[in-house]
Amino acid sequence: MNAILQTHALGKRYGKRQALADCTLELPPGHVVGLVGPNGAGKTTLLKIACGMLAPTTGRIEVLGNEPNGTPAQLARVGYVAQDTPTYSALSVGDHLTLGARMNPRWDAKLARARVEQLNLDPKQKAGKLSGGQRAQLALTVAVAKRPELLILDEPVASLDPLARRGFLRHLMESVAENDTSVILSSHLVSDLERVCDYLVVLVSSRVHLAGETEELLAQHYRIVCTRRAPSDLPAGLDVIWAEHSDRQSTFVVRTQTGLPTGDWSAEHLELEDLVLAYMERAVEPGRFTTTPTGDTR
Amino acid sequence: MIDFHLDARSGISPYLQIVGQVRQALLLGLLSEGDKLPTVKEVVAKVAINPNTVSKAYRELEHLGLAAAKPGVGTFITRSLGHASLAEHGPLQQELRAWLTKARAAGLTEPGIEAMFQNTLRESAEEEK
Repeated sequence: MNAILQTHALGKRYGKRQALADCTLELPPGHVVGLVGPNGAGKTTLLKIACGMLAPTTGRIEVLGNEPNGTPAQLARVGYVAQDTPTYSALSVGDHLTLGARMNPRWDAKLARARVEQLNLDPKQKAGKLSGGQRAQLALTVAVAKRPELLILDEPVASLDPLARRGFLRHLMESVAENDTSVILSSHLVSDLERVCDYLVVLVSSRVHLAGETEELLAQHYRIVCTRRAPSDLPAGLDVIWAEHSDRQSTFVVRTQTGLPTGDWSAEHLELEDLVLAYMERAVEPGRFTTTPTGDTR
Repeated sequence: MIDFHLDARSGISPYLQIVGQVRQALLLGLLSEGDKLPTVKEVVAKVAINPNTVSKAYRELEHLGLAAAKPGVGTFITRSLGHASLAEHGPLQQELRAWLTKARAAGLTEPGIEAMFQNTLRESAEEEK
């Protein structure tokens, strides 16, 4: 299995600001990878480096086995839809397809036309007059019709209403099923990614905090509710990700690779959103959840 | 052809929801032997989920002996469960009715009953794994 994206200690610095730090990742092919993290976490920076639009300050990156170097051969293999799905507002829908055909050696004109028809877009319509949802669909159509091996989308649905969001994701999933394209898409909302992503990367404050197949991650994490106790009083093999203590009760989010031992607690699996939030909170306040509870009775 | 729908808040993984909906369609007689299931592409174009989720559900249906894939053609139902099977479980349904009466008498409201049923179902499914 050749990774679609492989980074080693990748970093990007803008002046004094570290936008991405020590990012080591290996994303297997054939997945829809969700890159999730709060605004400003470094998602866009990572995606732009992967497309070859930005050069990293430190570390190494390979996309589909090559350095993203901006050569035509590499560009043809990677489709990129930038934040807010930009289109050329003065150009018509049809112009976008003509432009796509001229600029992309592997352009699939039949697919592009069929998609525009299916979306009920008027080829003569100026892109500037389209609704947000239609514009996003047009940007996706152009990216898919170039038949990339990897499709990278930066916050594609953030600015769309729920209906347009669903329509966009349906179109995206259909393209994945049709062409076996690998996808990386970013979002600051887990709920956008929950159904479509089968691989998850959590990026917070410029660092990767969690990466893995969604189903495995869900199976490995539990929420434990028990009488008040210190994290160190939990059995070995449980990695405490998050904790909260009241005067008599403790709640932990734990990760285990070997299954959960039985104990004097109630345990259940978490929803993806809660799991991601636990990692985000830990990333913001490292150390807070692993120390012994002392004074913080609530 | 049947349509799938997904409940994000059910706590049941999407692929198991699809498996469950095929079973249910079989029990209700909406599907029977020889029927074709929608293709992966058709499913994801309707419900916007990951194609691998659908493939996994279909593999599970094959594993359960309910469906078989014909390469290049599609996935087909190989066994009918039919209307009869629910009716065959009449005694079980009567027990459930009796239990519901008891639950109401004990002061449980409908949401409470549903929650208890869902929780117990999930727990027993996990125990049997």
